[in-house]
Amino acid sequence: MQQIFNFVIRNKTFLLFLLLFCISLGFTIQSHSYHKSTFINSANALTGGVYGTVNSIDEYFGLKDQNELLLEENRRLRRQLLNIPSASDSSYIDTSYSKVPYRITSAEVYKNSYSRMNNYLTLNKGKNDSIKQDFGVITSNGIVGIIDNTSNNYSRVLSILNKKSRINAKLKNTNHIGSLTWDGKSSQFTQLIDVSNFAPIKVGDTIVTGGQSAIFPKGINIGVIDDFKTDIGGDTYIIQVKLFNDMTNIGAVYIIENLDKEEIKSLEMMTDD
Amino acid sequence: MTSTVGIHTIRFIVLLLVQVVICNNINFLGYINPYIYIIFIFLFPIRDNRLTLLLLSFLLGLFIDMFSDSGGVHAAASVVLAYARPVLLKTSFGMLYEHQSVKFTTTDIGSLFTYITFGTLIHHLTLFSLEIFNISSILLILKKTLFSSTFTIIVSILIIILFSRNRK
Repeated sequence: MQQIFNFVIRNKTFLLFLLLFCISLGFTIQSHSYHKSTFINSANALTGGVYGTVNSIDEYFGLKDQNELLLEENRRLRRQLLNIPSASDSSYIDTSYSKVPYRITSAEVYKNSYSRMNNYLTLNKGKNDSIKQDFGVITSNGIVGIIDNTSNNYSRVLSILNKKSRINAKLKNTNHIGSLTWDGKSSQFTQLIDVSNFAPIKVGDTIVTGGQSAIFPKGINIGVIDDFKTDIGGDTYIIQVKLFNDMTNIGAVYIIENLDKEEIKSLEMMTDD
Repeated sequence: MTSTVGIHTIRFIVLLLVQVVICNNINFLGYINPYIYIIFIFLFPIRDNRLTLLLLSFLLGLFIDMFSDSGGVHAAASVVLAYARPVLLKTSFGMLYEHQSVKFTTTDIGSLFTYITFGTLIHHLTLFSLEIFNISSILLILKKTLFSSTFTIIVSILIIILFSRNRK
């Protein structure tokens, strides 16, 4: 017993080092597995508060860019609005749109990162604004990511520029689907994998969300095809997608909640049994 | 004694804030950031307990991790640096360290440079190995370590020189 104590006292520095190193290694490994990083993240009151203060100063420098983005979006929305045939002069009623299945919340980006292998954003809306895990996040140009962690007033977004991110996407013209992943190299490009090589692909084609995951609605813009090659197996394409969004400059985002998600989930659970 | 504690507390907080608010957003050439918060570990008083240094480094790293959503990589790298510090001090300052009379404000710039360089390299290598966490990307790890270390070393030495002049 005496010897054990002596050993501990003699090597206390090394043992403390080992303990602390193992704890931090534990956090690191935990953060590498999806949906488990609950303790050390930037969606808490302390970090959110600091980023909020900084953002309130920082946003003045981007006002012009943000205004232009908003103008561009307004222009597009107005064009859509004007092109909708008014309900009175058409006997045709589209029943599939009689109920709105998506709820949209706007939010501000407090922190954005794009230079690491696993990137996250912090938003200024949280549980108090009924934001929950697995809501989709988009801007007027395209998708940004998926909500990954929430606190009372802040939430963290798993960016599409993250090695853990896998988002269902498809070609705009046809219904060939694939998974959107990121190789960690450039913040302008992501990769669409597992696309069947029956799909007709051209450089410049648009990629949109696939709507199979109940997170994003179908048809939200992602990017255009920049380059593509066949997988080693030979059955699927690996497509290099140039994003519409400038991921390095994101100010305001929209959070999408699918109100039918529970229904879809419970239905899928039933079919699994 | 209290003034030393005060100085180091302020340094802890200031370096933490400067790191997360400014240095994490530089992204020079797309991905190069300096990690200047390790100045705190470099300049920690030599006579103080090593256990205190280890615990404080861990805390500092953990706060940085919390702000930058990086799991525990900064905490791990800081703890490694704090543990390796006596060896670094011995190699760079030699006899001065043996006599416990190193003063960072008055040492010659050569020894200081060696000390900071080796310390930064150890810290950044651990940091990027854990961040990328994939042995097949060893070239990427080395590339990131090299570029970020250069940036960190230059900025750290400038900060140390700048602020030590003031105190004299």
